[in-house]
This record gives sequence, structure tokens and C-alpha cells, in this order.
Amino acid sequence: MIYRFTCIVCPLGCAVEVKVEDGRVVGVTGHTCPRGEEWAVQEVTNPKRVVMSVVPVEGGALPTVSVKTAEPVPKEKIPELMRFLAKLKLRAPVEVGEVVAEWNGIKIVATRGA
Amino acid sequence: MFPRIPMLNYDVVVIGGGPAGMAAAVRAKELGLKVLLLDENDHLGGILPQCIHPGFGLHYFREELTGPEFAARLARKMVELGVEYKTAARVLEIKNYSDLEKVVVFTSPSGAYGVWARAVIYAAGARERHAFEIGIVGDRVSGVYTAGEAQTLMDIYGIMPGREVVIVGSGDVGLIMARRFALEGAKVKAVIELMPYPGGLARNVIILRDFDIPLYLSHKVVEVRGRGRVERVKVVKVDENLNEIPGSEFWIEADTLIISAGLVPNVKKLTAIGVEIDPSTGGPVVNDRLETSVPGIFVAGNALLINDLVDYVAEQGELAAEGAREFIENGGIGSRKWVKVEKGENVRLLAPHYLSGDRDVYLYLRVARPMEDVELRIPEIGKKMKLPVVKPAEMLRVKLKAEEIRKAEKLTVEVVRV
Repeated sequence: MIYRFTCIVCPLGCAVEVKVEDGRVVGVTGHTCPRGEEWAVQEVTNPKRVVMSVVPVEGGALPTVSVKTAEPVPKEKIPELMRFLAKLKLRAPVEVGEVVAEWNGIKIVATRGA
Repeated sequence: MFPRIPMLNYDVVVIGGGPAGMAAAVRAKELGLKVLLLDENDHLGGILPQCIHPGFGLHYFREELTGPEFAARLARKMVELGVEYKTAARVLEIKNYSDLEKVVVFTSPSGAYGVWARAVIYAAGARERHAFEIGIVGDRVSGVYTAGEAQTLMDIYGIMPGREVVIVGSGDVGLIMARRFALEGAKVKAVIELMPYPGGLARNVIILRDFDIPLYLSHKVVEVRGRGRVERVKVVKVDENLNEIPGSEFWIEADTLIISAGLVPNVKKLTAIGVEIDPSTGGPVVNDRLETSVPGIFVAGNALLINDLVDYVAEQGELAAEGAREFIENGGIGSRKWVKVEKGENVRLLAPHYLSGDRDVYLYLRVARPMEDVELRIPEIGKKMKLPVVKPAEMLRVKLKAEEIRKAEKLTVEVVRV
């Protein structure tokens, strides 16, 4: 199995190919730096993303506060995280940077005050 | 002059409370000017409070922030410095009586006011191009939004605009909204891009793969149909001259159409006082203090030209504030000569347009088409910069030294193959 994608580590945007056999990375080509190679391997073996959303808040100037995960979350866990966030409800006051919840050990941080 | 409305007095009025305006107001205050910022929204930040994704501030704050966090930092600086501002304040008119006599008329919940000011910094941002502007015809149905409208609904008010979505435009805004819809459980059926290449930054194009969203390059949406609500949209392939290819039409069923077809600088109130506009940026022609062709009227941010990084927007706000201080102190922005900057090969737009050679300056520019292994050259001063890749989506920023500028009669910027 060969995965092809554009590297996003820097603005160069190399076209990287990662070859995987039996669930193991056997070769990376197309990258121009070690950081790109490392990223490409992680992107295939365990891709992670910082996730952002909004949750409803009562008593604030706006009806929602925006939130993000304090660290990248494994990609396949994102739908589960979104379902968790969908059930959250907050009350003002909320400060920017405040930890408003925790999910599987990952902190959920408010990025907008209320 | 306005007998019925109270008149206020400031050195400088900043119009717009987004990143450009807030950075300008902060800098003006630091420089000792009496400054008033006006914004028509109920809250400061411009569009940043709804841009909940990360990717902001890497240059300006040396830290990766979300839009609301970036806005909160600038707003906090304003409060710490005691910058005066009014929200829900709609500017009706700018009057230019003479170089150091401007009046900004605005309404607010507490009434109408006029402000005497010696300089104005205009940072009113941009507007989005809408469905009619890009030639989409059909039924007048609900479910057609600009990307920014959908973002306001979702990320300010917590309202889901639709469930089966087609997005027009693969620029950063379109891609980011594709991700928001997908994350919130909507089906993003397609992103339709007119050009043969994606319009956004590489870090955003990856969104399509994350959510298995099909991207149609060299395609356009031409028609929207439905009874009451969007039901389907017609897509057609285009050739290299962007002409529709007959017989290539197909329909996509969807309940929502999101238009993300680019931004246009907001310049109405500037053209009303005779500010000269550059047709290629859509914003004013400016000198290296970001002063427009009307002395004492400065401009920054997306009202000047469409930026892709908020960091540059804030940087322009600061520069405009420095220009305003100089203008007020010296009664004008003078220069022994102005060096005109011209667009050469594969340069679609650039600003500023006139350089004094009195200070170092950043040139902001965009190329017309993607190229690899190129050199950005300014032949008059022998400047050369190697660039592995250039794309219209990524604004280039080049620093020129004052002494380099002084040597030249004019400057031509070109992006050519090595």
C-alpha cells in the first residue's frame, strides 16, 4: 500500500510517498528533510490533530464559547471526542485559557471568554 | 458645522476593531496619540472570534493561537493601555476638510457623534463575494450562505446551517468550513474549484483527505435548484480558459450551498472621498506608511489588500499608526522622491505602491499562477530571492532596505524561472 500526500511541515509542500507493507512503514520518498520524513511516518501510523469546536454557554455575551484540545488527538478518536463535546454545557464566566472539561486525559481549553 | 450632534476631539480615529484596527490603536496609543477606535459590531475582534481554528499568530505572537485567542490578546493590550473604543458604532461618513482636519461621523446606541481628527486609520476589512457575483443562477432558496455567514452561525451562535453541503471555492476559508461541517457531522459532498489547482494553503488542503471530501478542480457551480430550500446544484467542467465545456454538466444533491469565492476590500467610504483604488488589489494605492492618495487617510489589513496571515494584518496596523504619528507631527508625509513599485512577470498584485527610501519596508505581493524553482527579482537594485514554490494562495512578503530603495528611480518586481 502506498500513501501519497503533500507534506505540511513547511511551505515547500513536498509530494511525499509512504510505502506500507503488513502495517509497517518500509519506505518514505519525495521528502527533502528529516522532519518531513518523521511527519509522513506519523501521518500514516498514528495521525493526530488538534480539534476545535464550540460549546453552548449560558449567561455570556455570545451563546457559545470556542474550545480546543490542549494536545493533538488521534484522528480515529475525533468523532468520539465530538460526541463528548456535543453534550457539554457551560456557564459564564469563562476565561480564555480556562480548562473547561477533560476527555480521556486530554484537557479541553476555552479559546474565547464568556 | 454639525450643530445638532456632539463633536469629539481626537488625534486619530481608527475605523474597524479587527486585528488591523486593534494593532493600529495599540501602537498609536503607545506613540502618545489620543486615539479612538470605532467598530460596528457588538464585540471587538472583527472576524477573529468566529475563526476558532488554530494557525494564527506564529509571527506576531510567536505562538500558535486560534482566532479568538489572537483577538483576546490584542483586546487585552487595548484595555491595559486604556485605548478608548466604541462598539456598535457605525461610521456613516468620513469628511476630509483639509490635511489635518477630518471628521468621522458615526451613530451608536448613545446617539450620533462627529469626531474631529487629524488622521484616520481605515481598517474596515473586506466583504465576501456572493453567489450572484460568481454567476450562479436558479431558484431563490434558503440554504445558500457565504462561508463567513455559515461560520458566524456555527461558531458564534451554535446553529447548524445544513446537513448535505456543497462548497464553492477551495481557498482557506472554504476548506476550513469543509472541516467544520464534517466535524459537526454534516456530509460535505464536494468542494468545487474553478482553477486547476487548490486555492488554499497546503496545511488546509490536507482537510480534504482527513474527511474524504471530493475536490473538483476546473469545475464551477452554475445553477441552484429547490423548492423553498436548496435541493440540488448543477456543476460543469471548465477548460483552461475557464469556459464551460458543453455536455459536462452534472447535478449534486445537497441542502446547503456555501460560497467561498474570495474577499473584496471594503473601500466604499474611501472612494467617497476620492481615494485612488488599485484595480488589482481592490484596495487603495498607498505609500510605505500605508497612507492613501488622500493625505492623512491611512489603511491597513484586508481593506488594503487581502492577506492570508493575520500576522501581516496586525503588522500593517502598526505601520499605519506610525505613519499617522509622523503625519500629525510633521503636518504630512514628505519624501524627496517617491519610488514607484511596478508589477513584472507573474506578479498579480502588490502593495505598497510608492516607497520613500526613508525607512525599510515590507512589500506584500501575490503571484498570478503557481510556479516551481523560481526567483523573485527586482532588477533595478540587483535583488534576487530563490523560492522553491510560489502559489497565488500564498502571499509573499519581501523586506527592502531603505538604502536599496534610495538607489532606484523605480522598482519592478518579477517572479521568473531560474
